[in-house]
Amino acid sequence: MNAVAKPSEIDVSCRLPLLVLFISAAVWLVLGSLFGFLASLIFHKPDLFSNSFSFSYGHLVAARSTSFLYGAGIQLGLATTLWLFCRLGRTPLVQPILVTVGAATWNLGVTVGLVGIIAGDATGFESLEMPRYAALIVFLGYLIVATSAAVTLHGRRERSLFVSQWFLLAALFWFPWIYSTANLSLLVFPVRGVTQAVIAWWFSANLQIVWFGLVGLAAIFYFVPKLTNRELHSHYLALFTFWMLILFASWNGVPNSAPLPSWMPALSTVGAVLTLIPVLTFALNLHGTIEGKYSTLMAGPVLRFVGVGIFAFVVATLMNAVSSVVQVGQITDFTWFVPAKALLNGYGFFLMVMFGAAYYIVPQLIGMEFPSAKLIKAHFWLATVGILLIVLPLAIGGIVQGVMLQNPDNAFLKIAKVSLMFLRLSTLGDVLILLGHLAFIFNVVGLVQRFYQARAAAAFAAATAEIATVGAKA
Amino acid sequence: MNYGPLIFLAAFLALSGSWFGFVLKPQMQVGQLQQTNTVPDGAIYPLGRPGMARQGLDVYRANGCASCHSQQVRQTGTLAEVRVTEVGTNVDAVVKVVAGAKPDISGEKLTNSLPMTILQGDDKQKCDALAKALGIAGAKAEVWIVPTGPDIARGWGKRRTIAQDFIYDSPVMLGSQRIGPDLANVGSRLPDANWHLLHLYDPKMVPGSPMPPYRFLFEKRRIERVPAPDALVLTGDLVPEKGYEIVPGPAARALAAYLTSLQANEPLFESPITVPAPAPAATNAPAGGDTNAPAK
Repeated sequence: MNAVAKPSEIDVSCRLPLLVLFISAAVWLVLGSLFGFLASLIFHKPDLFSNSFSFSYGHLVAARSTSFLYGAGIQLGLATTLWLFCRLGRTPLVQPILVTVGAATWNLGVTVGLVGIIAGDATGFESLEMPRYAALIVFLGYLIVATSAAVTLHGRRERSLFVSQWFLLAALFWFPWIYSTANLSLLVFPVRGVTQAVIAWWFSANLQIVWFGLVGLAAIFYFVPKLTNRELHSHYLALFTFWMLILFASWNGVPNSAPLPSWMPALSTVGAVLTLIPVLTFALNLHGTIEGKYSTLMAGPVLRFVGVGIFAFVVATLMNAVSSVVQVGQITDFTWFVPAKALLNGYGFFLMVMFGAAYYIVPQLIGMEFPSAKLIKAHFWLATVGILLIVLPLAIGGIVQGVMLQNPDNAFLKIAKVSLMFLRLSTLGDVLILLGHLAFIFNVVGLVQRFYQARAAAAFAAATAEIATVGAKA
Repeated sequence: MNYGPLIFLAAFLALSGSWFGFVLKPQMQVGQLQQTNTVPDGAIYPLGRPGMARQGLDVYRANGCASCHSQQVRQTGTLAEVRVTEVGTNVDAVVKVVAGAKPDISGEKLTNSLPMTILQGDDKQKCDALAKALGIAGAKAEVWIVPTGPDIARGWGKRRTIAQDFIYDSPVMLGSQRIGPDLANVGSRLPDANWHLLHLYDPKMVPGSPMPPYRFLFEKRRIERVPAPDALVLTGDLVPEKGYEIVPGPAARALAAYLTSLQANEPLFESPITVPAPAPAATNAPAGGDTNAPAK
């Protein structure tokens, strides 16, 4: 067996591919929040883009969802997976150049998909908006990156597996299965009728609840013990969390309103409620790890992001379980409550944890600190307040809207007008999130630029030193 | 768990479970649905959408209409009710039977407010028995099956939406939001394609509507000799300058055709409703009497 690799050696092997993944994710974040901001402007002035096919509300919403899910979310998740596989396995990344090519392919695919959406080729399925020609490129990019990740894990020099590696390995395999199933059965050989809707819901839940859950929890299980200098409370409890999450969360997705045989929404309700078990065991495990001292989660920028993520994860899963019950769903379905819980899970939980991971990993890759600690702090507050300003008004507005819809005497336009108020409030959250992403990209790009500047200066110094010595000899 | 393949196996088992449940089984059950017959008429349902409407589905998809509109009418329950349509000659006997369900009603009131619902509940057998007793007393009574729920009370549909309604649509866009009203039945509510065209061009014709206009689906062009028959009849600020007209483009016309084709309200075995008996069939007989004299 090979000797274990030094952290610095690992970071050098990860540097290029991971920087590509992180920087492109940052670009997608800015784009995604820009699309979201423009979409939300339409609620202030409906005829803003009345002459533009490309910027109609439906297109902007699909573009935002694609940028956040595929551009930012999965890319940040893959970067974190690769780095954790290397660090925990104490082995350098296998084929970093190939991973870079894979990352570039992924980004090419998402770009093609986004152009397709803007041009009117969106598929009509939520969280699977990219047309099939783009999906193929995206899938290829994923396979390249994932293969290298799997080979890296296989060749690990520290043989015993840490909790995070279980979660990440499952996630690595989860995505290609659900993505290929969804694309084949919805876009390439479309199945008939509402089966399409069932598969789209199944895919969306498996991406946003299971995949995000697996990768996000893996990062939390790594960073919290590491940064608080404690042992993980219980590996067995974590194993239980893992099993329960993959067993139950994968049944989420079908709403009670669906025009389907009722066993399907009923099964989904059971899945959503039972998903509370892994959340509970996860929370207990974490509580034990930090020995109940929640203030430790506010120490340092990385832990802060992760801390907000933990909180959002618990609340979002709770919201999901409660609204999956028929009587509650009757009110919350079809209202702004639905996007509120999706955003709390996708942004408040997953992306926040990924931001924390990025702020930890990127300086390690380069061996330099971020140019501005203030910007990290600013990003944290902008993102936290921003997501709160989106989720709270939408969730409350959704409940108000849902209760009003129950009474047929309330004219529909009156209800629309009431919920519009909450929507306009959430535009402020969109602006804050956008500013936060600008802070993020500025910091990451600034750090990379600083690194290459230092490198160029060193190379220049070395070259000129040689000239000087040559000159001295002559 | 220090063994990679074991974790892989765990994930494989968990995911294959949900794959069988939510991909394979739905495909076997609802993916194979065939046309059915309406109850009691026995007409074939659903018929495929006409060509224009099918193109309109694509316009609906391309513009992301489903981000704001759902196509799912929900139903919370079903009630049976007895409606008296004719009292007949023996009013006293009828009032006596009616008194079993609605005690304080006089013969005069009953005769003057026909058709009248005298019993509503979830016990269909009781309703049937009452209708039979009314028939014996000489009145005419009908038992109606009435779906209930806020969506239905709002007039968004006569019954809940079911899987059968979508077997010819691809992609199926059920929507998850009601920023705008539900469209599962918009074709029955608003059957006029011209209304939809005007509304797409200027949603403000419904005062207070937050819907953005879709003007890029229309074309402004110079009037050649005579105005186009399908030019929009606009008012106020929207009237184009003299010599020009606003004409719906092919996408707008297809979308309007699709919207008017959205009519999921046939009575089916799976989601029964009673529909009123059809009005007497129209004939080709000339209007205004049975002579050939020119109308005055």
